[in-house]
Amino acid sequence: MIVDFLAAGLALGTPILLAALGELLVERSGVLDIGLEGTMLVGAFAAAVAAQQAGTPLPGVLAAAAAGIAVALLFGTAAVLLGADQIIVGTAINLLALGGTGALYREVYGETGTSLVLPTLPRIELPVLSKLPVVGPVLFSQHALVYLALLLVPAMAFFLARTGLGLRVRALGDHPRAAESLGLPVRRDRMIVLAVAGALAGLAGAALSLASAGSFVEGVTAGRGFVALAVVVFGRWSPWGVLAGSLLFGVASALQFQFQATAIRLPYQLFLMLPYVLTLLALLLPRGLARAPLALGASYERD
Amino acid sequence: MNRLSGLLLRLFPAALAIAVALGLAAIVAAVGGHAPGRAVGALVSGSLGSAENVADVLVRATPLVLTGAAVMLAFRSGIFNIGAEGQFLAGALAAGVVGTKTGPFPGQALVALLAGVLAGAAWASLPALLRIRRGVSEVITTILLNFIALYLVSFAVNGPLQEKSRTYPQSDALASTADLWRLAPSIDDRLHVGVPFALLVAIAAGALLSRTSLGLRLRAAGLNADAARLAGFPVVRDLALAFALSGAIAGLGGAVELCGVTHRLYEKLSPGYGYTAIAVALLGGLRVPGMVAGALFFAALGAGASSMERTVGVSAVLAVAVQGATLLAVAILGTPAVVRRLERAGLRRTAATGEAS
Repeated sequence: MIVDFLAAGLALGTPILLAALGELLVERSGVLDIGLEGTMLVGAFAAAVAAQQAGTPLPGVLAAAAAGIAVALLFGTAAVLLGADQIIVGTAINLLALGGTGALYREVYGETGTSLVLPTLPRIELPVLSKLPVVGPVLFSQHALVYLALLLVPAMAFFLARTGLGLRVRALGDHPRAAESLGLPVRRDRMIVLAVAGALAGLAGAALSLASAGSFVEGVTAGRGFVALAVVVFGRWSPWGVLAGSLLFGVASALQFQFQATAIRLPYQLFLMLPYVLTLLALLLPRGLARAPLALGASYERD
Repeated sequence: MNRLSGLLLRLFPAALAIAVALGLAAIVAAVGGHAPGRAVGALVSGSLGSAENVADVLVRATPLVLTGAAVMLAFRSGIFNIGAEGQFLAGALAAGVVGTKTGPFPGQALVALLAGVLAGAAWASLPALLRIRRGVSEVITTILLNFIALYLVSFAVNGPLQEKSRTYPQSDALASTADLWRLAPSIDDRLHVGVPFALLVAIAAGALLSRTSLGLRLRAAGLNADAARLAGFPVVRDLALAFALSGAIAGLGGAVELCGVTHRLYEKLSPGYGYTAIAVALLGGLRVPGMVAGALFFAALGAGASSMERTVGVSAVLAVAVQGATLLAVAILGTPAVVRRLERAGLRRTAATGEAS
């Protein structure tokens, strides 16, 4: 039972982790994209449509990444290239995504009520490793996007801390003017970072509709994009911190299913609330030395 | 001539918003195989076609005017309150407790509204505390609290506040003394006293910002907190006050919606008024007249979209996409680069017509 619980926690935390890792990168480059929720939602919708058309999950995954990139670049065109306010553009993207996917869903698949049945991502049992007790079924018997998300954590930590490109991203977020004076094209580089994050947010959406939910319903993300935003702050802009926050959310979500399965009669709405309350409580803890990127959220305008 | 071009420039976003709305409706209708012309027609007539439709728009605009005023006050004070949704729900929940668990007694509606005000202020105070004490951005905390408020309402109407018959996840109807007065029952039964009251509150919020010393301090802190601190303004205290005021207005919105329109508490009480409010406030340039016009526009859009769904079959959720597209268009138009270009184009055109005449 504990094994199922942890495995479910990891699977439920994966969409958050993928989206939060992308957002982490974007925020380290000085951009606050609160359109993450909408980007994930469009990714989830694209994944559902493509996977259903093809009858296999892989085209869905690719379509989700492409759709995520497209939405992120739309955000970037307005907020980075044209310098519009990032919070406003992010809010606009969220509304557009919610209304757009909702309206298209009903136009393409008819009224709600019948949820689509989609081809889901297969579990991949890693040889030898998946036979280990406890760790095997929890860590090594998951779908491909779980492995991708987990591998991205050390990769991104290494990228940001140890590589020249990582330093470049951090410079964009802490002191864009200095970066520009060294000849770095601030806006172009931020667009590239946004595209990478958009792909990850799209994949997060695919992980939702092709794995966790196994279907697409309107507003399937249900605020997970916002949770991913909170997880970045919770994780203090570090990939390992983001991993911890995502797992916390995943485990809290799994807990809710566990309690529903048992005879203990507790109102399930309180369990739905739990991940949000825990994230909020975590933000109440004293913060260490970690701080937000200095130029976070400010449009960059050349003099 | 220059004044005219300035006015045209000011009206351009509004015209663009309407064009975007009608264009998107036509496109989605065409994708779904409906007649685009009929969809656009239904959108317009459903919002302005009759006295009842106009009354419907006014009633729909009321929660947007209040949450829009809350967002306006926060944004101009330098607070990114994305939490009007949660504060609205907290206000509705508190008013629901007063309206169903006490009374009936004369003046109950006032007590319910007051409870909504206090609950909204309280709901906004936690993000204030986190920003002041821990430096955590309110963008994140107010969003988290929106979801917590949503699940709290859901819990309440499935548990302690659920109707006595325990059939649906909703509260009992409010005691009759908690209902807001009807303004003109002979014309339309839905018009309630909260409609003009919301307008007054929005005007008061605008006056507070532009005509009082507190408002000056808030705006100064919003523009440059460091400068305000150096000027000796009590920035921290003012910040806490602005959070609470913004939350109080949004909470009032929830209470007004409950006592004036729904008369029962239920989960889907708000179709995202607090999020739409951000678009409404920004569309109006964070000024009262523009914000109210924005609320009316989005309310008309909502009413028109419902009618479009009934008559043509294009989903009403499209209205949300149109809100987003409008907000995006206005955000882009407001950027320095685009404004400069538009102004240059406007001046050139003015010069050209000047020569011709």
